[in-house]
Amino acid sequence: MNGSSSNQHGVGLQVRGLRKSFDGQEVLQGLDFEVQPGEIFVIMGPSGSGKTVLLKHLIGLEAPDAGEILLEGKPIQSPEVLSRYRMAMVFQSGALLNSLTVGENVGLYLTEHRLQPPAEIARIVSEKLEVVGLKGAEERMPSDLSGGMKKRVAIARALVIEPQLILYDEPTSELDPLSAVVIAEEILHLKERIHVTSLVVSHDRDLAFGVADRIAVINQGRILTIGAPDEVKRNPNPLVQQFLNASFKRH
Amino acid sequence: MFENIGEMVLLFWRTLVALPLAWRQRQKVLDQFFEIGNASLLMVCILSFFIGGVIALQTGPLLVERGLGSYVGGVVGFSIAKELAPVLMSILIAGRIGSAITAEIGSMRVYQEIDALRTMNINPIHYLVLPRMAAIAVALPMLVTVAILVGWFGGAVVCAANDRIAVSSESFFSALRSAVALKDVANGVFKSFMFALIIGVVSCHQGLVTRGGPRGIGRSVTKAVVNSIVLIVIFDYFLTRVLMR
Repeated sequence: MNGSSSNQHGVGLQVRGLRKSFDGQEVLQGLDFEVQPGEIFVIMGPSGSGKTVLLKHLIGLEAPDAGEILLEGKPIQSPEVLSRYRMAMVFQSGALLNSLTVGENVGLYLTEHRLQPPAEIARIVSEKLEVVGLKGAEERMPSDLSGGMKKRVAIARALVIEPQLILYDEPTSELDPLSAVVIAEEILHLKERIHVTSLVVSHDRDLAFGVADRIAVINQGRILTIGAPDEVKRNPNPLVQQFLNASFKRH
Repeated sequence: MFENIGEMVLLFWRTLVALPLAWRQRQKVLDQFFEIGNASLLMVCILSFFIGGVIALQTGPLLVERGLGSYVGGVVGFSIAKELAPVLMSILIAGRIGSAITAEIGSMRVYQEIDALRTMNINPIHYLVLPRMAAIAVALPMLVTVAILVGWFGGAVVCAANDRIAVSSESFFSALRSAVALKDVANGVFKSFMFALIIGVVSCHQGLVTRGGPRGIGRSVTKAVVNSIVLIVIFDYFLTRVLMR
């Protein structure tokens, strides 16, 4: 998933006819979409629509029953792609290693692959933590952090890889509105700064319409619509409108 | 069940293949080694002292009554070195350390930490399994060696202190030396090495296949301890048969 190239531009992702079933239940029913290099592409959908299963396919934790996922036109799990392009994922929970400090978590990729000497790793860790607004948090333990801080540490850990594609799994879930704004700004900031391709899976409408270049709405493993935020808002499909306009009304 | 056995054999093989990387992971191996030692040494000493004492108490009066007092040291020394220390200490470590390994890896699995490792191209077998297997494979034989010595000491103390036995420490150890060869101790230590591999593989495997939340972790821990103990006892029989030749 990670190579030694230092290209600082996003890569294009193509998903073609992706199908996956668990115990006879089809979770992904032939997904087709393309993410352009440097684009922020948001996949929205209600819980259980197949968003997380899709992400697991992208990072190689699940194998599809049919279809393919291509990065720059080549199968995403091929050795050539894994050695040439760098991809990182920010998990819904942050997925920080609880037994390591924040600094050790952020520098884990560099330490384990012995890509830099310890002093240089410390400098890079400090730099990445500063980027996400957590300067000086190296010695803190993940258990001491709030949900928002954990996600920012997870983003810093992803940045250390210098990714060309970042996958975000529900980046604003369980966060207060202020922390959610910080994360959304971070996603936009990374696109501007390093032109990384971002694929965000979320059911947060504010985040999606705030950061996306394009949005796909999926339901029950099928894509209902893909387009720019305004196009998606105008889509007449009742399921799309129901999802986008759902609100609580007090009687 | 057969699927589990197959997965465990595969995990063991992959760990063996990764063994040359153990030097790179030496800090983690050392951390695990000291954790096992810290958590278990005192308990091992207390347990083996009293096991030695109980064996002396059970066998001593019977042998003394039949005029075989000079054999007490041999009986206690032999049974502790070849059977009781390796099996009981391995069961203790399966409960104390195996359960901790499963709980830690299981919670990492449930909370996506292992998925995060994979996305960073860090092999969980190299990062998690290898250091724990290497540490337990070194630590358990060392703990069993200590247990054998402390067990003998416990037996000697009880033999000297109990009026119904009244065998001096000198006679006890003299009998022990004539009955127990270095090979017998080595057999016991070798057994414990094999049991350490069983505990390591079973515990790591159960951790890696953990599903669900806290209840899933609890289930995996229970399975790891029970399966380790069952396998230790079964393998003990076959190892004893092989080592008797």
